[in-house]
Amino acid sequence: MAVKILIPTALRQYTNDLASIEVVGETVGDLFLAFTREFPEIRKHLFLEDGKIRNFVNVYVNDDDIRHLQRSATPVKDSDVVSIVPSVAGGSQSGDAELSPQEIERYSRHLIMPEVAVSGQKKLKAASVLLVGVGGLGSPVSMYLAAAGVGRIGLIDSDVVDTTNLQRQVLYSTADVGRPKLQAAIDRLNGINPFLKIETYQERLTSQNALEIAASYDIIVDGTDNFPTRYLVNDVCVLLGKPNVYGSIFRFEGQASVFYAGEGPCYRCLYPEPPPPGLVPSCAEGGVLGILPGTIGMIQATEAVKLIIGKGEPLIGRLLLYDALAMTYRELKLRKDPDCPICGEKPTVTRLIDYDHFCGIGTAADRRVPEPVREISVIELNNRRSAGKELHLIDVREPHEFDICRLPDSLLIPLGSLEQRIAELDRSWDIVVMCRSGIRSAKAVKFLREAGFEQVENLKGGILAWADEIDSSLPKY
Amino acid sequence: MALRIDENQKRLVGSFSEESYPDECCGFLLGRRSGTDKEVVLIMPTVNEQVRTEKYHRFLISPEAYLKCERYAQENELDILGFYHSHPDAPACPSDFDLKHAWPWYSYIIVSVRKGQTSNVTSWVLADDRMSFEGEVIESNPYSPEEQDVASRPVESQEDRTWD
Repeated sequence: MAVKILIPTALRQYTNDLASIEVVGETVGDLFLAFTREFPEIRKHLFLEDGKIRNFVNVYVNDDDIRHLQRSATPVKDSDVVSIVPSVAGGSQSGDAELSPQEIERYSRHLIMPEVAVSGQKKLKAASVLLVGVGGLGSPVSMYLAAAGVGRIGLIDSDVVDTTNLQRQVLYSTADVGRPKLQAAIDRLNGINPFLKIETYQERLTSQNALEIAASYDIIVDGTDNFPTRYLVNDVCVLLGKPNVYGSIFRFEGQASVFYAGEGPCYRCLYPEPPPPGLVPSCAEGGVLGILPGTIGMIQATEAVKLIIGKGEPLIGRLLLYDALAMTYRELKLRKDPDCPICGEKPTVTRLIDYDHFCGIGTAADRRVPEPVREISVIELNNRRSAGKELHLIDVREPHEFDICRLPDSLLIPLGSLEQRIAELDRSWDIVVMCRSGIRSAKAVKFLREAGFEQVENLKGGILAWADEIDSSLPKY
Repeated sequence: MALRIDENQKRLVGSFSEESYPDECCGFLLGRRSGTDKEVVLIMPTVNEQVRTEKYHRFLISPEAYLKCERYAQENELDILGFYHSHPDAPACPSDFDLKHAWPWYSYIIVSVRKGQTSNVTSWVLADDRMSFEGEVIESNPYSPEEQDVASRPVESQEDRTWD
């Protein structure tokens, strides 16, 4: 039985310029065996060295791709026409970029490991990673990914470097204070590795810009410090089908996972709803061990590199819990929630939403705390004290904060113990309550007024305002 | 060995490339063979079937598109001589990725587009050992009026860039 094989122009130089040839065989495999025996030069263009068909070579029996039939076992009959059809592909930047001699030297400790090797290093060079937030977590992530040779790194952050950042954000140096973070980051990362493309977005990630920015990156790393952006990053990754390398930190504890809706749960499967505003303190409010973002950030960098080179077990479906004080790692198994509003079976979130609103920011719940309380400015307090007016200054911060800085003649009663120690106060006193910024003291004022204290005022702006406006020798924290 | 293409056709390849910037564009070169030379008479744009997020540095022509184009070529007594594609903000020379996916004999025209403007047009043919590309001379004939109809055909159908 003879079947006609149509030869693309490109290969006719190997078939004596014939556009079609007739070959005998029962299956596609038979035909190709006979055909390549007759024209051996054609082999290398159709098959790889291991005998597998090249992935841009397609074989059609009539109008059907044999990949959808029985591949090389696809039977053929007399009237069939078999076509060799090229897929044509190419492009400017190599997905499989060559490494220059300088790069080979630089990455040699990767190249000698079989798990990375030249092929893995090329994948790193061809990869792109977007870091949302370049702070405590973003610092180690960006530095290690740059050093590892990730070819394209995107950074999004709108902040300037602040002195309080330097305790943990090792990407920045003391001389960078006051500079936009991204300017300082470019200098540092280019210093670590000049062979990379660093792209910067000096703005906040929002529902308006997020999809466009994230679309051209392979992996997104979440280094955010707030819930609205964390949900935004999650939703962007689910909608674009990209992995979200997640990390979060608080005081001595950290978490890490890889949320990848295509292969496992997303952040909303774990936390469908954000916590009420104010319940979970940020690092600025609660503090953080400076080394902690290093530990968690390096786990994130490791996961990103593993995803790129395709080795090992990614943290998909697992939540890693790290406790620096106990020095323990625990692991929780995460399941994909079939009712997840964005990656579940019937998603209700199909595009980006207003995440501030979703997280209760700017809503009634958010405004609950600062009910009107009588306030006094730092200038007025200073005037009254200078005029020798008798007043009692109550500081409701924690003892370790009191140790950092305090106003003379203030009485320390931490907010949590105010109720037990209320007997120390006299209802006839003129009282001014203070804390760091005026939030906790407002709660104390409310509590005291409800307890029958009438002459109670809140020091607006707290000790930070005092340092700014009255006494610049006072340290701020 | 040379690729003949008239100036008007060459400009057309440039304008397709600028139009799809910052993404890559791609298409077929149809024409006739004369000895070892090739003469392009028709530029046929086609859809870049790469996923949206990769188009800025990749192109893909599906086998279905190739089959359709080949059928069209046969009916019009033409051959597929090769392909063109653009390199946005990158040089007009083949990448390793181009090399890995190349077919023999075909001409690969590469258009370098810098900041939305065509800056260079080159043509390449895969070497016999599949290890490299060899540069191919592009001979641009001055614009010839009798080929105007053929040349302008794809412009008219350029809206959806398919032939159905």
